[in-house]
Amino acid sequence: MSKQREEAQAVMKRHMGLKASARISNTVIHIVLVLMAIIWLVPFVCIVLQSFRTETNPDGTRVTWMVPYIVPKKWGLDNYVNLFKSDFKDWYLNTFIIALVVAAVQTFIVLCMSYTLSRFRFKLRKGLMQFMLILGMFPGMLTMIILYRVLKDLGLTEAHAVPGLILVYVASSGMGYYVSKGFFDTIPKTLDEAARVDGASRAQVLFKIILPLAKPIVIYTVLTAFMAPWGDFVFARYIAFGDSSGMNAAVGLWKWLTQDMINLRYTMFCAGGVVVAIPVAVLFMCLQKYYVEGVTGGAVKG
Amino acid sequence: MKRYTDMEYLRLSKGRKFLYKIAAFFCAIPRGLKNFFLGIVRAVVNFFKSIGREFADIFTTFVKGDWKTKLSYFVMGFGNIARGQILRGLLFLLFEAVFIVYMIVAGAKWLSMLPSLGKVGPHEVYNPVLDQYTTEYGDNSFKILLYGVLTIFFIIAFIYTWRVNIRQNKLSEQIIKSGKPLKSGRDDLRSLVDDNFHRTLLALPLTGILIFTVMPIIFMILVAFTNYSGINDGYANNLFTWVGLDNFNTLLAWEGAGNVYSATFGEILSWTLIWAFFATFTNYFLGMFVAMMINKKGIRLKKLWRTILVLTIAIPQFISLLYVSKMFDKNGIINGLLSDLGIISQNIDFWGSTAHNALLPRVMVIVINIWIGIPYLMLIATGILMNIPADLYESAKIDGAGGWKQFSKITLPYMLFITGPYLLTSFTGNMNNFNVIYLLTGGKPINAAASSAAGSAGYTDLLITWLFKITTGEGAKYYMASVIGILVFVVVAVISLVVYNLLPSIKNEEDFQ
Repeated sequence: MSKQREEAQAVMKRHMGLKASARISNTVIHIVLVLMAIIWLVPFVCIVLQSFRTETNPDGTRVTWMVPYIVPKKWGLDNYVNLFKSDFKDWYLNTFIIALVVAAVQTFIVLCMSYTLSRFRFKLRKGLMQFMLILGMFPGMLTMIILYRVLKDLGLTEAHAVPGLILVYVASSGMGYYVSKGFFDTIPKTLDEAARVDGASRAQVLFKIILPLAKPIVIYTVLTAFMAPWGDFVFARYIAFGDSSGMNAAVGLWKWLTQDMINLRYTMFCAGGVVVAIPVAVLFMCLQKYYVEGVTGGAVKG
Repeated sequence: MKRYTDMEYLRLSKGRKFLYKIAAFFCAIPRGLKNFFLGIVRAVVNFFKSIGREFADIFTTFVKGDWKTKLSYFVMGFGNIARGQILRGLLFLLFEAVFIVYMIVAGAKWLSMLPSLGKVGPHEVYNPVLDQYTTEYGDNSFKILLYGVLTIFFIIAFIYTWRVNIRQNKLSEQIIKSGKPLKSGRDDLRSLVDDNFHRTLLALPLTGILIFTVMPIIFMILVAFTNYSGINDGYANNLFTWVGLDNFNTLLAWEGAGNVYSATFGEILSWTLIWAFFATFTNYFLGMFVAMMINKKGIRLKKLWRTILVLTIAIPQFISLLYVSKMFDKNGIINGLLSDLGIISQNIDFWGSTAHNALLPRVMVIVINIWIGIPYLMLIATGILMNIPADLYESAKIDGAGGWKQFSKITLPYMLFITGPYLLTSFTGNMNNFNVIYLLTGGKPINAAASSAAGSAGYTDLLITWLFKITTGEGAKYYMASVIGILVFVVVAVISLVVYNLLPSIKNEEDFQ
């Protein structure tokens, strides 16, 4: 009898111990998470604080360069005011136009491509997919050399870079069909077949049956298609460089941080960064759910 | 290597099992390569066989066909029109007309100049009216190469269409013989939204890919065999021309004039692989770890932690990376903070300036890449971890498995199995991770030994950023860039092939439907 009780007590003790250790490990994890949150937030907090920094030298000139402290000694909105007096407003508008057009056209193209590859079984389908896989292994930057020269001959670089950039972003977007094809693969084919039996054409199946079901992936595609050109640096650096009026925000702000500009433009860069980041950040946070679905789906299906 | 049966394998000790697995991995590489090359040989043989069949078919169709078919060999679409398929016939006819006109007007000229890439460069001409020398421009090598390639594409397209035209004649003859009606133009149009809907849908995307990806890649592969550069730009300064394998020799030479290039290439390639390895696996394991921490039972404010991390995805990389690179500047906030706290007396040069401290910038980019990469992996891992059946853990607990055991026996294998292909793509993606390197360090610190000849390459430069540097500025060496691009392709392709053939989780795509 007493032996049983001892055993029961031992089991109890082990449970209590487990609980205590669980509590300790949870506390540790909470501390780690708080530390991580600080590390992840510090750069963003800093950039926002710096964007309000409007100190002046004794002789009245502005302190626009980098300083080794975080909290401004004098606050103000001067940087934002100056920002919209500078070339930045052109860059911002360019970025906005590019991102909107690319989001619309690219979504259309990606959906065409992925739907077709998911639903139709035609000759050369496998070959086409393998071919695009191989194409994707070439560094995309390689194509820029010739595209830049051709676009330049067409007059679509530098000052008129906006249409050129749109063309470059949109043209090859069919290659990025993987995620949404994975999504279409999960919609049961029996739906299509039932509609086909009822006399619907292939096009009607797409527009009346599949598209209404595909809302999450449409939103995901629009979101990524909008965000990519919004923050693109590489292609824009190639095509829009050289003339301020054709640049997008990424290239323009990058130029402000180069050696000969940084001392004059550092605080304005911070303000510009905040202005550029806010719309996409808000958009992204609102549509986060769809993004997560797309990303996890894409990773699982390869 | 000795192969064990399943029973023998299970009896091995843990360490032996591990060694066996590694040995098996490497032993499988030759087999994979052999299969790959055999596959290529087989494909080539099949290709020639099918071409032979095509020729035979073209010949017999001509001999056996009626006069309409025979005439279609020369006037494309004639057979279609004569048999009442006006729309198809007119399209064929139009294509042939356009092709012939193009070849006469321009195509033949470009093709004939392709072997030399132009003969007359820009030259000074005496102008008697102005009494001075003026520059007169001659051929344009760039255009010759571009239009030459386009013309070859066009010819291939023409031959293909001609073949389709013949096949259609053969088919129509058969259909008429069997007494069925031929498809009318209206039927053809209707099929574009029905049976042939895939062609309609693919037309636009594939055209874009053909013009903006396939064509440029073919062009750039050809450029690797020329001396196209900023100086030899093919029009305004000098013409460029074919140089055979010279550029490859320069890049891969172990001694002689190309030595600087090959040494730089070797150094950058090895750093690229090291970087890709660390960038991929630090993110992978730390991201998974963070996801597990947040998902653990009893952790509060799960949503808040996730949202904070996801902020780095939401904010464009060029802002966060540029800003972070300035934070770690020698006069930046981090140094200010550290010296205020009295931790350091002298500012740390995080981004380095000489070969002396090249290690620190390299470590820094990997660490900051963790800051960028963990949120993605956290999202992916969260999604997958939730799919692991909970009863697996329950039964493991009952069997007395602790936290580490559960992780190494259930979580990790499951994750690795599911995300195998993702790991591969993220490895190759990191090899080409332009943003992180270029925006953080710009490739610095500069490698003095290499930079004199090879586009100011630095110690944190990846192949892709080096390629970028070589193609910008006055001394742009496009031919070198395209050689590097081709080699990047080869490296990525070999890694992908080897790993992909060894991955356990290659799934049949129909499984998901």
